[in-house]
Amino acid sequence: MVKIAKNSEFTKSKNVVLFKDLWIVIPAYNAQKTITKVIENLNDYGYRNIIVVDDGSNDSTFESAQNTGAEVLSHMANRGQGAALQTGISYALTKNPAAIITFDSDGQHDPSDIEKLALKVLSEGFDISLGSRFLGVQSNAPLHRKIALKCGAFMVYLFHGLWFSDCHNGLRCMSRNVSEQINITSDRMEHASEIVEMIKQNYWKFTEVPVTIHYDDESLKHGQSTFSAFRILARMVWRKVIK
Amino acid sequence: MAQFFETIILIFGLFAWSRSFLRYRSRDINFGEFTLWTIIWGGLILIVLASTPVYRFGKLFGTGRPIDVIVYSSIILLFYLLFRVFVKLETVEKNMTKITREIALKKK
Repeated sequence: MVKIAKNSEFTKSKNVVLFKDLWIVIPAYNAQKTITKVIENLNDYGYRNIIVVDDGSNDSTFESAQNTGAEVLSHMANRGQGAALQTGISYALTKNPAAIITFDSDGQHDPSDIEKLALKVLSEGFDISLGSRFLGVQSNAPLHRKIALKCGAFMVYLFHGLWFSDCHNGLRCMSRNVSEQINITSDRMEHASEIVEMIKQNYWKFTEVPVTIHYDDESLKHGQSTFSAFRILARMVWRKVIK
Repeated sequence: MAQFFETIILIFGLFAWSRSFLRYRSRDINFGEFTLWTIIWGGLILIVLASTPVYRFGKLFGTGRPIDVIVYSSIILLFYLLFRVFVKLETVEKNMTKITREIALKKK
């Protein structure tokens, strides 16, 4: 049984993965209002290995993230969340991580959920664990958002034959092995569907973990609108056509 | 009425070709591109001028007027060109992302 220990609980046991072996990747675009608090919350939980990828923001996201002491990479132009995630994962791999967590910059994720996701990968042998706002925890998602997410999950099921209750949730944990294999080529939000495709193609062992999503004005502004669900669908179809 | 539309198409074809020629003369496009546009606009003009054989050709496809053949063919061509543009755009986008990612990793 693998345990996750904070740095202060250092032990030489082989079955203990220290927080310092978990790396958290946060793609951020125009997130100056939330990024500092998101990183501080993670720090409060003992997570220090934080990589922020500023995806060509027009505001001071880069400076705000840098002031917190996190490692910050910068895209000189906005390329989308998928592209930013792949940059962050590539950089995290140079740090010899035990596992990599992806986390949103808008403050909707709860740092307390990270441990549950990480334990699935590090202790129970899953290759990848994905957060779901629709499992176990009572979801406070607005109705239009619920409909859009469920439609998205259904479309992903139609495309790839795998059912995820919440495949567009940005909170995930992937093993080092998966992080080395993963190659996100979808620049924008359709990367979630691409990850499902990779899970199927590579026979990765996966699981969903109930997580809490905090909705406020900022996270709703940054999240996917009902309209963007159609845009994602169009891009999924387009990717299939030109593949 | 059909002749009126054909005259309009003829004038448009000549105007479009002249624009291509001017762009070639000012070196905005190269000789290859100019040749391609000449074939496209020249073909359009030829079809309008040679309306009788095109009329017979159009009959084969169930269209009554020569202009219909041009319109239908143009729509098909436009869809194809649009598809090519989208594919090209996708390639450019992917290259941009690759460069952006490499620079971000290199600067770190």
